[in-house]
This record gives sequence, structure tokens and C-alpha cells, in this order.
Amino acid sequence: MTFEKIQAIIVDQLDKEEEEVQLETNFREDLEADSLDLFQIINDIEDEFDIKIESEEGLTTVQDIVTFVEVELAKK
Amino acid sequence: MKAKIMGAGSYVPHKVVSNAMLEKMMDTNDEWIRTRTGIETRHISEGENTSVLCGKAAMDILEKTGISAKEIDFIIVATMTPDGLSPSTACIVQDYIGANPIMAFDVNAACSGFIYALSIAEKLIQSGTFQYGLVLGGEVMSKIIDWQDRSTAVLFGDGAGGVLLGATETENSFIGEDIHSDGSRGESLTAGSHLVTNFHTKENLKNEYLQMDGRSIFDFAIRSVPESIRTVVESSNYTLEEIDCIVAHQANYRILKAIAKKLKIPVETFATNIAEYGNTSAASIPILLDELLTNGDLVLGSKKKIVLTGFGGGLTWGSILIQL
Repeated sequence: MTFEKIQAIIVDQLDKEEEEVQLETNFREDLEADSLDLFQIINDIEDEFDIKIESEEGLTTVQDIVTFVEVELAKK
Repeated sequence: MKAKIMGAGSYVPHKVVSNAMLEKMMDTNDEWIRTRTGIETRHISEGENTSVLCGKAAMDILEKTGISAKEIDFIIVATMTPDGLSPSTACIVQDYIGANPIMAFDVNAACSGFIYALSIAEKLIQSGTFQYGLVLGGEVMSKIIDWQDRSTAVLFGDGAGGVLLGATETENSFIGEDIHSDGSRGESLTAGSHLVTNFHTKENLKNEYLQMDGRSIFDFAIRSVPESIRTVVESSNYTLEEIDCIVAHQANYRILKAIAKKLKIPVETFATNIAEYGNTSAASIPILLDELLTNGDLVLGSKKKIVLTGFGGGLTWGSILIQL
């Protein structure tokens, strides 16, 4: 579920197709997303899951974000 | 009494600095600046200080509205880059335009300054004590920018703009407002700190240049601004669809796009001129408003509804719903 929600946010923010956004997808290399795109995605994810993502460092692939969110949700 | 916007005016320094010119000064490039910010050029002062930019903008307003400087009853200047701590920039403008010895003062709410100043001016006019008030926003951001710091230097420009408010019995330009501050997040954008240095203290140096935490400011803008726009519109019993134009602080075109997306309205609702001027802080809203009125995109007396919205250091943010 976490992946699907995150995928939907990325698809919406970057105007991509679902197939283009998979776990191994790299934001910069595969989706040509820049730092501001990533900020917007993080902003939406924070709202969607009601969590705080303090730093975007280390979040380079969709898997990185999914893992981060799942760890945060487990703390709740 | 009710407050009516009688007209607008602006002035920017003549020297235009392109992204290509900045490439020669620092490690940056035109494509990066354009895609991240929408900025192509900015006007940079070759020596004119904030009071001069504001004074010339004031003269432009007076010329366009046909009101003489002697008829002005107060002057408010919104600026975070005053000529100095004293005299205030507004006092220098009072002398520059040849106004009578009227009330004149500065307001500092960084990039939201024009919204704050306009809100105050409306209340002054409402009091019935004043007939005409000049509300100006002016900045020489280039004097507080670290020209070695490519993350901020490419963003800002210099300029001034403003409006003339007049007291009327019937026509009210101001429908509603929603204005805020949050000092707990003030460290996200700082400039020109004056620490206590006197005979009690040891010297304690701090960077005086503008410093900005890009992500927290971006995050703040795309959360707080859409909320403020929605609040000012809905609390006045209008819908977003009834708003003809949003004149937002020109910080970054990508921020405007993100705000539009949050509000689920077309980005075209947001007027923009950031490509030419960059972020001129408190001057950006009146410069853009003057441009829209001058080119006929907006017409005073048309009764169209527009929202002016500002956001910036403080943190400060706010929106005003206007009927033209």
C-alpha cells in the first residue's frame, strides 16, 4: 500500500506514467527530477502519511522513500 | 471611510543583469537558473539606494493618478533593505517627492512587506483622518546578497513599486485579508543581523548577508500560501473560481506552479514577471500590479476580484482580497 500511495504522488507531481515509477526508479537519473521536484514529492508524502521527513539526503530511489516511510510508520 | 486603490506605479534600476552575466561571476548556468526558478534577468542598482527607487516609484504613481505630492497624507515604505536604520526610508521619500511634513514610516515584513503595509494603510484610511496615502515596497536586495553564494545570488533583484490609496464614501477596494507571522521559524531566512556589540561584550561575528534554508522556505511557501489564499477567498464568501487573477510575491516560478497545483487551479491564474525581475522581495507585488494595470490586463473600476499574496522572512505571509 505504501508503495502504491507513493507511486501515485510521484506520478502526479512529475506527470509520469505508473510504469515509469517502480521501486528501483532513480529520481534524478530515471525521472529527471530536480531538488524542487523532490521537495514537492516529500511535502505530499509528509501530508499523506502524517510523518516528517527532515532531510532529503539518501533519498535517491523510490525504494529509499518507501523504506523511510515504512520505518516512520512502524514507530507510530 | 473606505479605502480605494487609485493607481499604481513602479521604478527599477536600468542595469539589467542576465543569467549569462552571472555565469561569469560564479559557478552557475543559465539553464539551471531558468529551470529551477524561471528567472532570466534581474535589474541591479548601480548606486541608487532604496529611497531613490521608492521615490521614483512614488513619482510614477503621482504622475499616473494626477495627484500632487502635497496632497499625500502619509507614506509607508515596506522594505528589508532600508537606506539605513535612521532616517527611515519613508522619511527620505517624503523629502524626495516634496510632500508636506506628513507621517512617514517603514514596515519590515521581508517579502510580505507590501501586504503588511497595504493592510496598515487601509486601516489608516478607514479611520477618516487621511485622504491619500502612498504605500510603497522597495528593495535593493543586491546590497545584502553574498555575490559568492550561488544558491542565493541568482534569485534576487532590485526595484520598487507601490499604490496610492484614497478615501471614498462608497467604493471599497478591500474585501478581506488573512495575515500571519511565525517567528519560531525565523532562522529559515535571515539577513543583516545586528548582535549586541558594546563595551560589555566580546566581538561575535555573524554573517550579515542573506541566508536561506531553501527547502524549509519552499516547504513553508507551498503549505502556507495556498492555505492563506483559500482562507481569504472563502472567509469573504467567494470561491477560487471567482478570482480573476492572483498577484503573488515573485519568489520562484516553481513555487507559483506548486501553489497552483495545491489549490487545483490553473497556474495561468497567477500573474508573473519573475523572468525579468527575479525576486525583488517587498517590491515584487506592486511592480507586477503596476505592470498588469499599465498593460491593461487588469483595469481599476472593473470590479474584478484579485488576490494579492506575499510570503517570506519572519516568517511572514498574508493575502488580501481586492476588488479592482
